Order: sequence, then C-alpha cells, then structure tokens
Amino acid sequence: MTPEYYLVLAAVLFTIGAVGVLIRRNAIVVFMCVELMLNAANLTLVTFARINGSLDGQIMAFFVMVVAAAEVVVGLAIIMSIFRSRRSASVDDANLLKY
Amino acid sequence: MNDIQLPPIDYAALLPMLIVFGLACVGILAEAFVPRKHRFAVQATLTLAALIAGLVTVIINRDLEVTTIGGAVTIDGAGLFLQGIILVLGIVAFGLIAERRLERGGAFVANAAHAADSDGDKKQLNEAGATEIFPLTLFAIAGMMLFCVSGDLLTMFVALEVFSLPLYLMCGLARRRRLLSQESALKYFLLGAFASAFFLYGVALIYGYAGSVQLVAIKQSVLDSDKSGVLLAAGLALLAIGLLFKAAAVPFHVWTPDVYQGAPTPITALMAACVKAAAFGGLLRVFNVAFETTSWDWRPVITAVAMATMIVGSILAVTQTDIKRLLAYSSIANAGYLLVGVVSLGGAVGSSMFYLVAYGFSVLAAFGMVTLVRDADGEATHLSRWAGLGKGSPLFSAMFTIIMLGFAGIPLTSGFSSKFALFSSAWDANQSALVIVGVLSSVVLAFPYLKVVVLLWLNPPGDETPTVSVPGYLTRAVVGVGVLATIVLGVAPSWLLDMVNSAGTFLAK
Repeated sequence: MTPEYYLVLAAVLFTIGAVGVLIRRNAIVVFMCVELMLNAANLTLVTFARINGSLDGQIMAFFVMVVAAAEVVVGLAIIMSIFRSRRSASVDDANLLKY
Repeated sequence: MNDIQLPPIDYAALLPMLIVFGLACVGILAEAFVPRKHRFAVQATLTLAALIAGLVTVIINRDLEVTTIGGAVTIDGAGLFLQGIILVLGIVAFGLIAERRLERGGAFVANAAHAADSDGDKKQLNEAGATEIFPLTLFAIAGMMLFCVSGDLLTMFVALEVFSLPLYLMCGLARRRRLLSQESALKYFLLGAFASAFFLYGVALIYGYAGSVQLVAIKQSVLDSDKSGVLLAAGLALLAIGLLFKAAAVPFHVWTPDVYQGAPTPITALMAACVKAAAFGGLLRVFNVAFETTSWDWRPVITAVAMATMIVGSILAVTQTDIKRLLAYSSIANAGYLLVGVVSLGGAVGSSMFYLVAYGFSVLAAFGMVTLVRDADGEATHLSRWAGLGKGSPLFSAMFTIIMLGFAGIPLTSGFSSKFALFSSAWDANQSALVIVGVLSSVVLAFPYLKVVVLLWLNPPGDETPTVSVPGYLTRAVVGVGVLATIVLGVAPSWLLDMVNSAGTFLAK
C-alpha cells in the first residue's frame, strides 16, 4: 500500500467538507462538514507520521480529536439556543445583522 | 516499555498561565458551590486576582528566555511582553464585564437557556446576570497568553481553540437584543471553526514537509530540505488563513462587523483589544521564527492582504451608520496597519507591540463609552441617535472626541505616535509602498471619526436623543484609563517605546 493514496483521500475529504460548509444551509450540516475537514486533517497527520516514520503525527491526531469534541459541545449549545429562539437551524434565516 | 520520558518542565516560566488557568478552574467550582447571592462578589474577586497575579508573575519573569515542555512553549522577551499586554488590557476589559450599575444585573443574560422573547426570558429581564462569564473570560485570556508563546504549531492550534471557544459562547450571552447576540455567536462559531479547520490542515501539510511542527525545526528544514516546496507553500497559505481570520484581515474579515455589533459590548471590547493582541502575537511569532527565511515566498501575498485590509476597512468605515459597526471596520483597518508590521519582520516587532498597546487602550475606552449611551431599550448605537449629545453631556462628548482624534492619528495622541513608530520602522525595512497606502488610508479613515465628532457637537439634538448614563465606578475607571493612556502615549511615548525595544524579539533557537 502506498501511503500517498491516503493523502489524496484526505485532500478529497477536506474539499468535500469545505464545499459543504459553503453550500449547505442547515447549521448542523455545516458543522458536520467542518468536522469532516478536521478529520481530513487528522488522516493527513497520521499518513505523514507513517511516511516520516515518527509518532508525532499520531499524537497530534489525538489532540485534534479532543479539541473537536470540545468544539462540538460549544457548537451544539450555540445552535440549540438559536434553534429554540427561531424554530429554525437554517443559516440563511439568521440575517438580522447586516450593513 | 520504559523508554517514554517526561520532558523537563520549567514551572516558573509557565506560572503566569498556570495561575490564570488554575483560577479559571476554581471559578467553575465556585459557580457550582458558592451560594447564588455571594457568587458575583466571589467570581469578580477571583477573576481580578487571577489577572493581577498573572501580570505580577509576568513582570517577575521579564528577563526569562527559555524553551520548555519539549519545545511546546517558548518564553522570550517579546512573548512575555505580549502576555503582559493581554493581561493589562484584560484587567481593563474586566471593568466593563463586571459593571452592574448601568443596567440591572449587568450586560449579560441571567439564564441563556431560555429562548429569546419567551415567557421565561421576559421574567428574567431584571434578574442578576450569569456569573459564568468570569471563568469564561479567564479561560479566553489564558488561551491568548498561551497562543503568544507557543513553540510549536500544535500548541498554537490548541491555544487558538482554548481562547476561541469561550469567546463564541460569550458573544451569545447579551441580556438585550438576544436574537442579534445569538446570531453573532452562530456566525462567529461557524466561520471560526471553518477557519481553524484550514489552520489545522495547514499544520498537517507543514508537518509533512518538515517532519516536525516546532517553529524552529520548520525554520531549519526550510534551510536544509530538498523536498518540493509545494507542501510548504500550501501549508503556509492554509495556516495564514486561520491566523488572518482571527486578526480580521481582508478577505477574512466578513464576520467582524456582525460579531462586533451583536456581541455584548464588554465582550466586543475584549475581542477588539485582547484578541487582536493575541492574533498578532501569533502572526508575528510564526512569521518571524518559522518562515523568516522564506519571506520571498509569502511577502507579496501578505503585502497584498495588508493593502486590501487597510483600503477596504477604511472605505467601508465611511459608510457605516452604527457606532459599533464603525468601530468594527476601524478595527479591520487597524489590523491592516498591524500587518504592515508583520510584513516588515524583525525591526517592526517592537513598534507593532507598541501599536497593540496604544490601540487596545483607546478601543477599550471607546466601547466603554458606547455602553453609556442608552435609552429604554438598552444601548442606542445608531449614529443618528448620537446627534447633539455634546449639549447635554459635554464631559462624555469631550472624552469621546479625544478617543476619536486618537484613532484618526492627530498629533499628541497615541494614535499618532503609534502609527508614526510603526510606519517609520516599516520604511526602514524598505516597505515604502505599504507605508504610502497606510498613510493614505488613514487619511480616509479620519473622515468617519471626524464625522462622529461633528455629529456630537455641531448637530442639533433629535427628538429622542438618548441619555448618557452616569457610569458606575468600574466603567468610569475603564474610560478614564483609556483616555489617559491615549493622551499619555501621545505626549510622552518614549518610555513605552524604550520598553518594547528592550523587550527583545522572538527566541529563534
């Protein structure tokens, strides 16, 4: 198995996530796309750890998982509070602040 | 399996951050165990004690230069000075956060779980605000302190999230106009998480190039490596997106006006002063330590970003009709001036730090005064409502005029001395094009500030001109300190300039 394939896979996942953030309307889905981007970065880190022959990348992936978990807690709290006020989780509906 | 060794840890060097993080954890316990009626006093004392103790230990450590925890943290002169800036500005911003005399119960909502405009929300309108805000502030400030002294990119990522996550929450905790506040929290969170994902992918690519994420190791591998530069360039570009987002540089600035407007004003002040200092501390460290030797690759891009930031920020500030949005665009333009310092590298580190101090004090006073202009619905931030305030409240208007003149860069204010120091060090670094754009854009930017001054003094008061509340002693102290710093740093800036120059630069070994 050549590890380079995993780099390509990670790049594809990252792109899917980034495009998803830009085109999806539901805040939860947008947030899931951000998580996909973080996991693509994790896959890249682990693959480079394998290529470089060092463990650093794998340890970094653990840190990223913990940070991503903390981010879920904060993010879902914010999305829940806005959903309870507006009865909608669409990012297009949150449009009071402009100009 | 006994070959895992703990890297040596220099606890003395980490003490300022340990104090602030530790007392933030104590604050969470206090939230759970202290009876409700004593909670505010306990939390406010704890927060102020943590910030002051942190500042004292930073001052004690001032000559320290050490890399510790296996290279994860680099304590050096510039890093300690940035920590000091964040703590001092944090102490001043604490005055706004803890203020409870302007409005019953303070600027923050009592129970954020109530849906906006629901029955529960109406009942809690006069209840005392939540005290979670204090530990959240401490976590944010501690994260910013760590961000400025990170020795590797992973620590930097963790610190970035540690200070961002509490800020996302605090943006959504306004007592009034809760829908706006929640919306600003949602926008800041989604865009911030998006930007930090870019940052992380950049870290991963740089790890692939250099085999390490330590800033000094990256610098070394840039010199030695024979790998293709594509990984490095792509990684650096993605990394810069994450950092420039926090610094609010064009084209990553779109969140700034919305979040500054929607967030509770004390939190806006904290973001404008402390987060700016932390973001530029991180930018200066990354570019000065890890990527100094590749400056030929990134300098044209960051130069273009700096120019765009100065121009877009100052032109859009002209069109604003809300004082908080005006200050937000002015903070974008100021991010552009600070980027001039980043592009100029080594020689401009000191003057960038001076600029952060001067701007931080002025912006804290400005937002402090925004909290004072109120009507029955809370703060009146639309500029048309400010017309003719000078007739009824001459002292307030005089102080706001001083701050506006300071922002506009009139001589004898800190705005002039800091811009002069920054642009002259950029000129010495042969960045003449940036200096010219900077001076021209600050001429444009003077217009909206002077427009506010004219509005305050020369326009007739409208039918429903809001009143200027008599400030409590905390807001009074914040505004006083901010105005005083704006004048003192303009009239006699040399002592602080000596201090930033003797603080030294970033440790690159």
